[in-house]
Amino acid sequence: MSNDIILSVKGISKTFGGLKALVDVGFDIQRGEVYGIIGPNGSGKTTLINCITGFIKPMAGQVSFKGQDITGWPPHKIAHIGISRTFQIMRPYYSLPAYKNLIIPLWSPRAKTTGGWRGGGKHGDRDTVAVDILEEIGFERDSRVPYKLASTLPTGYQKRLELARCIAMRPEIIFCDEVFSGLSMSEIAGMLPLIEKMKSEGITLIMVEHRLRELFRVADRVMALNFGEKIAEGESSVVIENKKVKEAYLGSEEV
Amino acid sequence: MDEMRKERIDRGVRVRASGLYAISSWREMLYLMGPPLFLIIGIIVLPIILELAPYWKRVINIMCVYALLALSFDFLANFVGLVCLGGAFFVGVGGYLSAIFNVYLHFPVYLSIPLATVCGAFLCTFLLMPCLPLRGVYFAIVTLMYPLLATRVIEALDIFGGTNGITGLDSLPNEYVEHYAIILVTLFFLYGMRRFVNQDVGLVIRGIKDNDQAVRASGISVTRMKAFAVFVAAFMGCFGGAYISHMYMWAGLSLFALDFSIIPIASVVIGGGGTLLGAVIGSFILVPLSEVLRNFGTFRIVIYCAILTGFIVFKSEGIMVYVMRKYHQFERWVKV
Repeated sequence: MSNDIILSVKGISKTFGGLKALVDVGFDIQRGEVYGIIGPNGSGKTTLINCITGFIKPMAGQVSFKGQDITGWPPHKIAHIGISRTFQIMRPYYSLPAYKNLIIPLWSPRAKTTGGWRGGGKHGDRDTVAVDILEEIGFERDSRVPYKLASTLPTGYQKRLELARCIAMRPEIIFCDEVFSGLSMSEIAGMLPLIEKMKSEGITLIMVEHRLRELFRVADRVMALNFGEKIAEGESSVVIENKKVKEAYLGSEEV
Repeated sequence: MDEMRKERIDRGVRVRASGLYAISSWREMLYLMGPPLFLIIGIIVLPIILELAPYWKRVINIMCVYALLALSFDFLANFVGLVCLGGAFFVGVGGYLSAIFNVYLHFPVYLSIPLATVCGAFLCTFLLMPCLPLRGVYFAIVTLMYPLLATRVIEALDIFGGTNGITGLDSLPNEYVEHYAIILVTLFFLYGMRRFVNQDVGLVIRGIKDNDQAVRASGISVTRMKAFAVFVAAFMGCFGGAYISHMYMWAGLSLFALDFSIIPIASVVIGGGGTLLGAVIGSFILVPLSEVLRNFGTFRIVIYCAILTGFIVFKSEGIMVYVMRKYHQFERWVKV
């Protein structure tokens, strides 16, 4: 294993009332890899993302990004240093056209420093960059799709818009919270090259997913969670054969 | 006999307004420029026309102050997602500060009003800062308390003239300065705000209303943006307050009256929320209406409420939204 660890998570725990949502979860992520997080419903995958990206404060544990302790930072500061995320429940800015959705990340202080937006402050510049990014993520530039209201877009495009919102920040890590769920096979087939492309651009991807077959096509390593505990980690082919993982998904064989 | 039905066709306004098409003929230009010009010129010549009815000239000023408050409410409620019932607080803070600058510190009018506006906006933003994480009805309740709290504090500590208020403020130099100061400022803020909400900063602020989590995830501090939005809204409110105190030459507890919070909301409701122009038009209708109804004595409130209810039930989208839609539509009868 190389030593270029970009994100290190140690002993994260979180309880909601009496429910143990996360128990002592930890993992290390290397720069440029695609890391999958799998687990049955309610196993704490989204809570884990929320803890790392600052939307929930973990009760114990430590998150460090490039050696810097970022535990308990507010979400906007975490986003500012280069950790971006999508939301499981897509909520684009409904009242804005699709390309105007990207004005918001492009306006952020990070975009100014990372060159996501290099305009000279004129109004038109961010619009152009926004349409460029949408094209990059699979919106047809010459069609009317980028100019439609976000609320009228089909699910596939809304998912892409979520990703575009992350990419506009030029982040180093993207947490994808179930980007494949609710998509048709052909829409997923369209998304996979995007994931490959982001990976080839050196972005580290952490994907929470239910669609295992699609995830395993892109993921380098996978971690499995069950009832808030990490039950397996490693190559996808190894993890899926793990007895505990099978039990978590299918139930125990002994009755 | 043939059955007929009404067909409605929308004009492609956006295409027309942005392209060369918009300036292709006088008719097109008039079509786009007509309504705003009518409003701007109408409000500017109004004081001259009302020379015939001097009593109504004062109403113009009040009308414009309420228009500013309605603008600030509409902006906060429909673009930022903060339902702010603190219009009276903005007016009160602006009015008292202006009185303090003018009477206690002897600043002239043209200095005390702008100073009170800026300082008042800062003060209001600072005082509302703790409530900014609140949303929806909770923010509404807390902001409703602020003006009530302010009156009690002034009463209890007997500061700033106590219940008598501060008297002896300078008036504005003459009647026409008085009218045109508020008219021009109102028009400036109306078109300024309409422009502002479509700028990139404006889009970020509107994003907070749609989805504040995503704004956070984009690396922008939501609290800071909300504070900025409150500053803009308070700026308009405080100007209104500073102006009113100089108009009446008096700053008293009635500057914190609930009217300043409620009537702007009613204006936004009948004018059409989220249009900004609707807020102004709403108060241009409501304020004169309540003056007309003075003739009915105590019956006034009943009629006022009946009209308001009528608007809300039959035209809940608001006048502005309705009129805009009709303006951009052809209607014709066609055979079924």
